[in-house]
Formats: sequence, C-alpha cells, structure tokens
Amino acid sequence: MAQKKKKNKNNDSAAVNSKLIRKPIERCFLLFLAPTLAAFTIGFIYPFLKGFYLSFCKFQTTSNAEFIGIGNYINALHDASFVHAFWYTALYAVVSLLLINIIAFIIAYFLTQGIKGANIFRTVFFMPNLIGGIVLGYIWSMIFNGILSRYGTSILMETKFGFWGLIILMCWQQIGYMMIIYIAGLQSVPQDMMEAAKIDGASRLQTLIHITIPNVMPSITICMFLSLTNAFKLFDQNLALTGGQPFQFNPDGSVVKTTEMLALNIYNTFYGQNTMARGTAQAKAVIFFVLVAVISVAQLTATRKKEVQQ
Amino acid sequence: MAKEKKIKGDGQSVGAEKKIKTTLTITFSIISIIYVLPVFFVLLNSFKANTFVKTDTFAFPNADTFVGWANYIKGFTFGNYPFFKSVWYSVVITILSTVLILICTSMAAWFIARVNNLFCKICYYLFVFSMVVPFQMLMFTLSKTADTLHLNTPYTIPIIYLGFGAGLAVFMFSGFIKSIPLEIEEAAAIDGCGPIRTFFSVVLPMLKPTMISTGILEIMWVWNDYLLPYLVLDRTKYMTIPIHIQYLQGSYGSVDLGAIMALITLSIIPVIIFYLTCQKYIIAGVAAGAVKG
Repeated sequence: MAQKKKKNKNNDSAAVNSKLIRKPIERCFLLFLAPTLAAFTIGFIYPFLKGFYLSFCKFQTTSNAEFIGIGNYINALHDASFVHAFWYTALYAVVSLLLINIIAFIIAYFLTQGIKGANIFRTVFFMPNLIGGIVLGYIWSMIFNGILSRYGTSILMETKFGFWGLIILMCWQQIGYMMIIYIAGLQSVPQDMMEAAKIDGASRLQTLIHITIPNVMPSITICMFLSLTNAFKLFDQNLALTGGQPFQFNPDGSVVKTTEMLALNIYNTFYGQNTMARGTAQAKAVIFFVLVAVISVAQLTATRKKEVQQ
Repeated sequence: MAKEKKIKGDGQSVGAEKKIKTTLTITFSIISIIYVLPVFFVLLNSFKANTFVKTDTFAFPNADTFVGWANYIKGFTFGNYPFFKSVWYSVVITILSTVLILICTSMAAWFIARVNNLFCKICYYLFVFSMVVPFQMLMFTLSKTADTLHLNTPYTIPIIYLGFGAGLAVFMFSGFIKSIPLEIEEAAAIDGCGPIRTFFSVVLPMLKPTMISTGILEIMWVWNDYLLPYLVLDRTKYMTIPIHIQYLQGSYGSVDLGAIMALITLSIIPVIIFYLTCQKYIIAGVAAGAVKG
C-alpha cells in the first residue's frame, strides 16, 4: 500500500494534495466514524425523529402510538400550567440574565485591575460551578429554610421565596462562570488603547464606557445568550429547590405548580399520574425545543455579525 | 460601593491608587468568605442531629446538637441502598463515558475533517444541530430505546452518553483539527504511515490540549447529570450520587437532613479536590467550551 502511495506522489509531485491522505482514510470509515455515528443514531437521531413523530400521536408507550394530528399542540397551548411555566421561565430568564451578567462583569472588571489575590478570588468564585444541580438545590434549600423557619415559614410556602431563592442559587453558581469569560475578554483589550486614553486624560469611567465595554462586546453577547439558554433549560436546581411548590388549585380542577419552569413542566407531564397526557408532553417538548433552537440561532447570527465588524 | 471607588480613582495619585487596591482586596476577601459559606454550612450541619439542622442551621454544633460521625454512618446505610454503590456507579459511568467520548469523537472529527465529502458535511451539521436540542425533546423516546437495547446498566450507558454528547465533542475537536497543517500528515503518509498509525501517533498527540478541555467538560457533565441516568438506568439496581441524594430527599415523611448533609459533604469533597488540583485546566477548558458552544 505504501508503495502505491509513493507512486501516486511521484506522478504529481508538484501537488502533494490531500488525496494522498483522503483516500486511505475513507477506507477506514468503519473504524473512525461508524462507532460514533452508530451511537449518535441510537442516542440522538432516532429518539429525536421518533419524538417529533410522537408529538402528533396519542400514546401511552412508544409502541401503541396512534396518529391524531395537531391535537397535542392545541392541548399544550391550552394547558394553564404550561403557559404559567412559560411566563415564569421568561421572567426568571430576564432577571437572572441581568443580575448574573452585571455582577459577573463588575467582579471581572475589578479582578483585572491588578489587585492582590485576584487568582484566589477567581478560584473561589468559580468553585460552585462544579457542584451538580441537585446537590446545589439541597444546599440552598437548607440555607433558605434555616433563615425562613425563624419567621415560621419555608421556601415551599410562597412563590416569591421560590423565585428569589432560585435567582440567588443561580447567581451563586453562574457568576463565576460568566466572570471567567469576561476576564478573558477584558484581558484581550488592547493595552495601547488604554494607554492612549490615559494620556488623553480620560477618567476611569470614560475609559470603561468608551474603550473597555465596546472591546468586550463579543464576551457580553456570549454570556447573555449562555445565561438565556441556561435559564430556559434549567431543570435540576428547579426540581431540587422547590419542585414546583407551592401549588395553586384552580376552580376548574387544574393544578398550577407556581414555581415550575418549562423543563420541569414537561417532565411532570410525561411522568405524572395521567399517562394519557404523554402526547401533550411530547408536543410541549417540541415547542420547547423550537424555543431553545431559536435562541441559539439568534446567538449564532449575533456573534457572527460581531466577528465581521471587527 | 463599587461606584464610589471608581470616582475616587479619578484622582490619579499613586498613593490613592494603592489605597483603592488594598480596599478592593479586603472587600473581595470578605465576599470570598461569604461565597464559600454555603459549603461550610453543609459541613457544619453534617455533624448535627436531624432536628437541629432546620432550627439551628447557622450555629456551630454544641453539646446538644453534636452527634459526631453518626450522620455519616447513618448516611451510608439508610434508604435501603448503600451509598458507596452509588459512588462506585458514578465513578464507573463518568470514567467510561469520558474515555469513550474522547476516543470515538476525536476519530470521528478527524475523519470528517480530512475526508470532507458531502456525507461528512451532513454528519457534521447533524452533530452541531444536536447541540441545540434540549434533553426534554427526546428523553421519553431515548429512555425507551435504551431499555429495548439493554443500554440501561452503568457499563452500557456510556454508549448513550456518546450518542447524546457527541455534538459538543465533535465540534470542539473539528475546530482544532482544521487548524493543524496538512503537511504533517502528508509527510507521515509519504513515510508509509497508514491512516490508523497516522492518527494514533501523529494526530492524537497534537490533540492533547483539546482532549483535556473536552474531557473536563464531559466529566463535569456526566458526574453531575441527574435526569439522563435517572431515566435510562434500571433504577432498582443502579443509582448515581445525584439520583441517590434526590431519592433520599424525595422519600417523604422522615427525611433525615443530618444524614443527607453528610452525604452531600462526601459528594462535594472529591469535586473540590479535583477542582483544586486541575484548576488551571478546568477554568481554561470551560472558557474554551463556552466560547465555542
């Protein structure tokens, strides 16, 4: 085989092109690409397509599906708990996005001013990121209940406790993460620009607004979208901290779990007591997927645009 | 507070600058201490009797509340499923999945980048597409598929992780492989290296930095993952640490908070040790993953 390749090379020695590499690799398809592709088919392609199909079906298990059209989607959109979960998630997303990014940026800004111990602080702030969502939820439910029990209440008693509790938890977890990205952005701001501003007599605040922030705009875009998608996909922390409590019982018999977010709502619809609602759950999941995908595509176009401008 | 400092900073004298930096260091030291307090309270409460966790959450254990290692001993046994089993399965799943993902996806990414025909391009875009699909979209069908194919044990679930997690890994490897100059591999081919040897002795060593950052992302994901193993694994036989903790908390009635705090402490300690030893790589890896993802 090696000889053949050599001959090949002699024929057009001027262009030792990628064909020399490509052909032999192509023959190794079974070793290189097939294992991943097989697992990908089992773990992603097939469940995805089947899930999409099932959203148009009435089913209790995957084998007894019966096609019914868009009925599931209509049910999903008329489900009070789903609509509530959507607005609750959206509100949570906006508040957490603003808080996490503003605080993370302020911390990153001060940590890049050459203060002593900056590395230790960075290590400390990032630490909560490594703790899993379930464990985080229980750590904070212990702390909130420790505080609230003094006033004779608990985090499961009121929606606003659950909401702000989750915000505090997620700030604690994500500020360190966003801070790392902001620090990387801040460190890549050209030093000559900063010096020029200093020579021209710009104040710190002016330098920050006119030089630093425009230069870290790519990092800001990334962090904004990251916190947005994280907020929408949030599941573990939501489940562990409140699990949707407190519940609100409507006169028409429906139950709205007031601190339940989208991902948890879908989960509860799938695995709740009413197995007839699984079609609706799958339709909710498709709507949820479209929502997350739209945010991600918006992110892609936004970051691409920024890249072109620079 | 932050604003005050900035305005003060406008008077540019060196002495003032130094003063500001010292105040900043002190401020951040205080914030850092507050930041680690939640973890500290977990440790504190793991030595208290169950009833005092709720009432005396923030007090140091005293003669009444202190129970020594009782919570740890209890934590290991209660809930009719031994905790060390969950730890073992968590370790097995994390290591097997990470190794499998790193080997398979690096090979796949190399194949896609070098062959680069229409089929490969379609595969690549499918992998990228899979990154934006939330787990809820396919969790029901995936858990059924895994059941049918007997992928519901800790030793086979890595295949599910490879399938669902391939997107990010392929994406990260492809990004790096595209920046490797082709001449190196051409030289290897001319010297008589087949594709298998070229990959394992020429390309793979060059992939080390991406291996580390992708590996860390996968470890953090798999170790902390709750929903996927919860739905896929045969729960009567296998649990992981997050499933175990959720299971103990979720069993209504007599929840022993002291014992749960002991288990949470035990599950955090290895994570913190891992973090402190590989801190540099973890932070770099996470930053790289974020910017690309």
